[in-house]
Amino acid sequence: MKLYCLSGHPTLPCNVLKFKSTTIMLDCGLDMTSTLNFLPLPLVQSARLSNLPGWSLKDGNVFLDKELKECSGHVFVDSVPEFCLPETELIDLSTVDVILISNYHCMMALPYITEHTGFTGTVYATEPTVQIGRLLMEELVNFIERVPKAQSASLWKNKDIQRLLPSPLKDAVEVSTWRRCYTMQEVNSALSKIQLVGYSQKIELFGAVQVTPLSSGYALGSSNWIIQSHYEKVSYVSGSSLLTTHPQPMDQAALKNSDVLVLTGLTQIPTANPDGMVGEFFSNLALTVRNGGNVLVPCYPSGVIYDLLECLYQYIDSAGLSSLPFYFISPVANSSLEFSQIFAEWLCHNKQTKVYLPEPPFPHAELIQTNKLKHYPSIHGDFSNDFRQPCVVFTGHPSLRFGDVVHFMELWGKSSLNTVIFTEPDFSYLEALAPYQPLAMKCIYCPIDTRLNFIQVSKLLKEVQPLHVVCPEQYTQPPPAQPHRMDLMIDCQPPPMSYRRAEVLTLPFKRRYEKIEIMPELADSLVPVEMKPGISLATVSAVLHTKDNKHVLQPLPRPAQPTGGKKRKRVSDDVPDCKGPKPLLSGCIPVEQFVQTLEKHGFSDIKVEDTAKGHIVLLQEAETLIQIEEDSTHIICDNDETLRVRLRDLVLKFLQKF
Amino acid sequence: MHVPGETPAQAPHARAHPGPGLPVARSAGVCTVAECSRADSGLTSQPGQRRAGPVCTRGCPRTYPQPRLAYPHPRSPGLAMDPECSQLLPALCAALADPRQPVADDTCLEKLLDWFKTVTEAGSSLLLLEGSPCLVELLCQVPRAPGLSPGVLAFSLRLAGLLAAQEDCFQYLQQGQLLPGLFGEAGPLGGAAWTAPTVRSGWIQGLRAMAQHPSALRFLDDFGALDTVFSLQGDSSLFVASAAGQLLAHVLALCMGGPAGAQPGLQARDWPACAQRIVGHIEEALCSAAAPRVTQALHVLSTTFGRCHGPWGQVLWERLSPPVARLLEKDPVLAAHALVDLLLSVARSPALSSDSGLWETLAQTLGHLSPTQAGPLALGVLKLQDCPQALRTQAFDVLLQPLACVLKAAAEAPGPPGLPAAPAEDSAVVDVLLSSRSACVGLLCQTLAHLELLLPTPQRPSPWPQAALLGAAVTVLQFCRGSAVPASGVGSRLCVTLAGCVRVQRAALDFLGALSQDTGPRELLPRVFAVLLDYLASPDSSPTVLRKAFQATLRWLLSSPQPPGSCDLDPHTQRFLGELLPVLQKRLCSPCWEVRDSGLEFLAQVTRSWAGQAGFRDALLASEVPELAEQLLQDPESYVRASAVTAVGLLSGRGLHAARGSPERPGGPQSLLLDLLHVLSTDSEGFPRRAAMQVFTEWLRDGHAEVAADPERFVARVLQAASQDLDWEVRAQGLELARVFLAQMLGQPGPDCPYAVAPPAAPAPGRLAQALRALCRVRLFEFAFRALFDCDRAVAQKSCDLLLFLRDRAAPCDGPQGMGGGPDAASAEATLQRWRAGEQGQPLGPLEPEAAVAVLRALDLEGLRGALAESSDHVERSPQSLLQDMLATVGVLGDHEADCY
Repeated sequence: MKLYCLSGHPTLPCNVLKFKSTTIMLDCGLDMTSTLNFLPLPLVQSARLSNLPGWSLKDGNVFLDKELKECSGHVFVDSVPEFCLPETELIDLSTVDVILISNYHCMMALPYITEHTGFTGTVYATEPTVQIGRLLMEELVNFIERVPKAQSASLWKNKDIQRLLPSPLKDAVEVSTWRRCYTMQEVNSALSKIQLVGYSQKIELFGAVQVTPLSSGYALGSSNWIIQSHYEKVSYVSGSSLLTTHPQPMDQAALKNSDVLVLTGLTQIPTANPDGMVGEFFSNLALTVRNGGNVLVPCYPSGVIYDLLECLYQYIDSAGLSSLPFYFISPVANSSLEFSQIFAEWLCHNKQTKVYLPEPPFPHAELIQTNKLKHYPSIHGDFSNDFRQPCVVFTGHPSLRFGDVVHFMELWGKSSLNTVIFTEPDFSYLEALAPYQPLAMKCIYCPIDTRLNFIQVSKLLKEVQPLHVVCPEQYTQPPPAQPHRMDLMIDCQPPPMSYRRAEVLTLPFKRRYEKIEIMPELADSLVPVEMKPGISLATVSAVLHTKDNKHVLQPLPRPAQPTGGKKRKRVSDDVPDCKGPKPLLSGCIPVEQFVQTLEKHGFSDIKVEDTAKGHIVLLQEAETLIQIEEDSTHIICDNDETLRVRLRDLVLKFLQKF
Repeated sequence: MHVPGETPAQAPHARAHPGPGLPVARSAGVCTVAECSRADSGLTSQPGQRRAGPVCTRGCPRTYPQPRLAYPHPRSPGLAMDPECSQLLPALCAALADPRQPVADDTCLEKLLDWFKTVTEAGSSLLLLEGSPCLVELLCQVPRAPGLSPGVLAFSLRLAGLLAAQEDCFQYLQQGQLLPGLFGEAGPLGGAAWTAPTVRSGWIQGLRAMAQHPSALRFLDDFGALDTVFSLQGDSSLFVASAAGQLLAHVLALCMGGPAGAQPGLQARDWPACAQRIVGHIEEALCSAAAPRVTQALHVLSTTFGRCHGPWGQVLWERLSPPVARLLEKDPVLAAHALVDLLLSVARSPALSSDSGLWETLAQTLGHLSPTQAGPLALGVLKLQDCPQALRTQAFDVLLQPLACVLKAAAEAPGPPGLPAAPAEDSAVVDVLLSSRSACVGLLCQTLAHLELLLPTPQRPSPWPQAALLGAAVTVLQFCRGSAVPASGVGSRLCVTLAGCVRVQRAALDFLGALSQDTGPRELLPRVFAVLLDYLASPDSSPTVLRKAFQATLRWLLSSPQPPGSCDLDPHTQRFLGELLPVLQKRLCSPCWEVRDSGLEFLAQVTRSWAGQAGFRDALLASEVPELAEQLLQDPESYVRASAVTAVGLLSGRGLHAARGSPERPGGPQSLLLDLLHVLSTDSEGFPRRAAMQVFTEWLRDGHAEVAADPERFVARVLQAASQDLDWEVRAQGLELARVFLAQMLGQPGPDCPYAVAPPAAPAPGRLAQALRALCRVRLFEFAFRALFDCDRAVAQKSCDLLLFLRDRAAPCDGPQGMGGGPDAASAEATLQRWRAGEQGQPLGPLEPEAAVAVLRALDLEGLRGALAESSDHVERSPQSLLQDMLATVGVLGDHEADCY
């Protein structure tokens, strides 16, 4: 069993598991942190951005100044942002049989895999994962395509040139594999390969293994996966949460007794408690608004935003913010808000019960109804008519490189009354802000990551007791910034196996058993002999029939009836040469009784010697040795076959046959 | 103030041991009423019971001496029972002895026992018995009545013990063999009722009450009762087990406190037989390998030494100290907590504290016990008055060890001076710190709490390692935040264990706050402020931790040194304040109401103390804190509104309020006074209204600018709002405001000190008349008169005091004009009559000063004050009422048909 690790990002995993003749891809996350190296794509022409000075090498060589721009000491690529794909060289991706998706954040590389690698298999995911995943992809494509950029930079990627660039460009990995965003056509094609599944649904893969999605509690439709054969079980845990937020709670019990547990997608901010962060978010929001400032929240169009809107719903009246406008701007804002209300079966119990009342499960419906929350596909159109300040704007993209957020950063960045509050933990907020420096607006970092933290992981592992844990290497050591925090790593016995990008792990267990079925008529014919209480044995003669990874013992075909004998036998009628099987022997030979029997049968001058493994019975007259050991008996006599057969029969008298 | 549902007769039980059968909430594992009533079947035999002494199984009344008085005269000397009660008692006794008439409410029996206790304390029990033969009959019948409720059985046992506490009465009961019938094998002891914990408890309490004289001690010994008591020490009911231990300790103390105690050179063999048996039993238990038995023995000894300080105590300790010392040889030490209690109890005993062996034992114990167990002992030793210095040093080292370890785990340098660093002892502490999260947290919390307790006491060690302790507290807090950098493996483990531990955070913040009272090294101040700010600013601080952080910050701010000769703050503090106010701003906007509340409380407290500090004023006024505080007057949470009212009131009173009338505020400029009046008259919750009243009172007292402009109008509006309030505290606070107004009009109320040389001079008649007119204009009279008949006694009492003062001051008004009567006064009096009758709806109408004074005179205020001074249930509390109630519940009074519905 092998695990091919195609992504080094712990929360955007992409691994391939080879298990029992199947090749299963676990998630295909897309690492978008690469976009932080690019200049933002402004929706409205930005004089500041277009007038940034070009960057030149120290020797005054200016050939890169078209591609690289400098802003407040940082260098950015002036081109369409590109993404870092999972490894494509480590394994032939056309051999992948299935792709299991655990949540909508972990499927963003899907079009790259399904459309450009020769992939012919099936993708499995839950319905909300597909729908919301589609929204995220749609938003991404929209953000990038609506700001066409004529220029495409590639010179800087030259290895010799890259070495000369300042950090972080110099240290960027695998830049040659970075790719531009996919198109909507590719998205649609990729999504058409998805087969929808429900929690706890058992899916047979070629009869060899069974895969089952389980609720993981992190997002709408997010799942962990169980991959099992009859005797082996691998659990894949990715992006799970034990907090009570909107999704269905995590199903932990089904993860028990795994041989291997692959653990990815833990919280990216282990020191930040989500409750504390939500408090911080609202304190800063209220403080800014009370001072007459605006609040900008760069976010994804789905996920934490639902919880934030719910908290807002509870909080705005008490904080005296009832008249404050909230805007949610995204090409998919409307769909996201609507979709969240229709996936009732994927929601936590409280929200499910609301549906029966009937009430919308999420209170943002009421916020929209009362005009407190307004949503727009973009800043163009209706929004500019309704826009009034101070206000709170939720919009994407959290990398601050594309999307409507770029406009608000340019618009509000100059006033210290305004605040940008980062809630998505996927991007370093300092790096995200770098091309906007110098910036007067206040920046608050309130990462809200509800995924498992290390305390929860250690409790989970104690409870589900996997034999082996496999995880990204980042989880096996304290975070680099806090090397003393030994509590911020996975602590389990045996220690976890770690992987990094482009590594192949041989998972530490061997398959020992395979299940074989016996046809009823064959089973009928068996005559078990009880060897000792509770254990019966029978010999079986049958044909082993293997199809679709299922093994069946079928009765032997009847010997061909001699039909006249003249007809020529066809080759296919040949049955294996099946004489009646030799009987199997069992039991042990009591030496004293054996000697007595020998004497009775006329052998005299018998000597018994004890050896390390058993006994040697020496028939001195006949010059014959009978060597009796635990698992074998040998009769050694010179050329006297009659004697040997006599002795053999005497020995056999003491043994059972079946 | 009378609390509904709790009559004063119940109060003693609430304090005392809640006897079985009493419906008092108890913790798990302790017998409950249900448990008591359930366990009424099955026979239990007590192992090892001695069958010595005369045992009467019948308790026959025929052998009983007849009472000398057929019916006692109610005023017989020494008998404190009134005739009404005497008449009711026989019927009640009959009802109690009748199993068909169960007593529903066990508290009645407790009250009854309380009453009997007062009766027996006031006079002779013998006379009581003779006067009430029904009691003897009850005691005779009870052991023989099948199916009697355990409650009544327990009551009878306790009553018998109470009566037999007087030796003559004991003898009297003994003549009839009544006591063996109750307390011996023939009584409940051998019967099915014994399975009820109530009965076992009653049995012990009866014996405990009885054991007041040598005859009772002999009785205990003769009847083999002691063996039963020994076995009850391990009873499944904790109440019974504890009472058994208490009884043994009581008997021992009684034996040792007797006249023999005064004789020097006595040996243990001179003790009464039962004392010798108890000591023998304790000795045996101390040598046992079973921890519960050792614990029981140690508990008995601790209680005994806590009571008995005579030479007998010395003899007892001499005998028992060897087995106690042997306990220390075991590893782990059995019953360590109980052992610590005993040693401290012995050490506190003046007769024994001169014993050098004792100090050795204490020193040895400190060394033997685990750090967690040694902590309480070390604290106890340090609190002792006379204790060898070496032992004190050792004890202080034990207390400091855990903090020394924490400091060492975080500091690369050898650590600050002042804390012990003996490596041998270190290891035990380190083991505990590393063994488990709960052990580590427990030890640290205990250590911090102990040191905090020690800090303000005069016995605290000197020199006090202030710098080291400060460093340790800060380090502990840093470990809890994950910001301490560990210097060793221990440190790394501590980092893992303590990260995010709220319990330790709270204990350490409390301790840090307490340390502010000491002058410490100034250079540590920035570290303290940094860690406090870190906690205040952290989004992960839980509301309770944040509250503690605010409290500690306040203590440090207020104790921070001021540069000499300046009214300004020192630079550290000023800088800290600059960083603190933005954090406070954020906290005032927290979505968690507890946090907003803590923030406002902090603001109010710091303003109260520092309003005069220029540095503070400038920083506060430059921030948005005052404005945010004002916005919180509209908070949805009532506690926060109340705190906002207090804070804003204080800020306004000290000239620190937010600038009013800014264009951002909708509705235009409005005075804070109006805002607070709005709170007072419209807020749906009591807390903000009470807070508003307090602010108004303070404003009036301090002459707030808005009030001083027109105080009469202000008082009139406030009183009008307060008079209609449903919350009695608001009305009471209204009277307080009225009192302040009166004082300003008429001078201070009468001297508080009864030894004052002369009463303050009465105001001149002209000024008085003017003042009275003002009082009428603000309708103070109407407010006070209405309060006089308030349904809440506290309000009525306060009003009564106020009006009495007013009447005394108004005396000169009875001048030549002769202000008496008049149609006004008559109608006012009539209205008052109706108010008194409960018809408060009618207004009093405008009162002229003359009429008001006349009404004031006409009222019997002294009489009213006397009546109000009586508790509200003084009628219902009488024993007669109790007896009647009990009879009514069992149906003897036969009023069942006339149901109150």
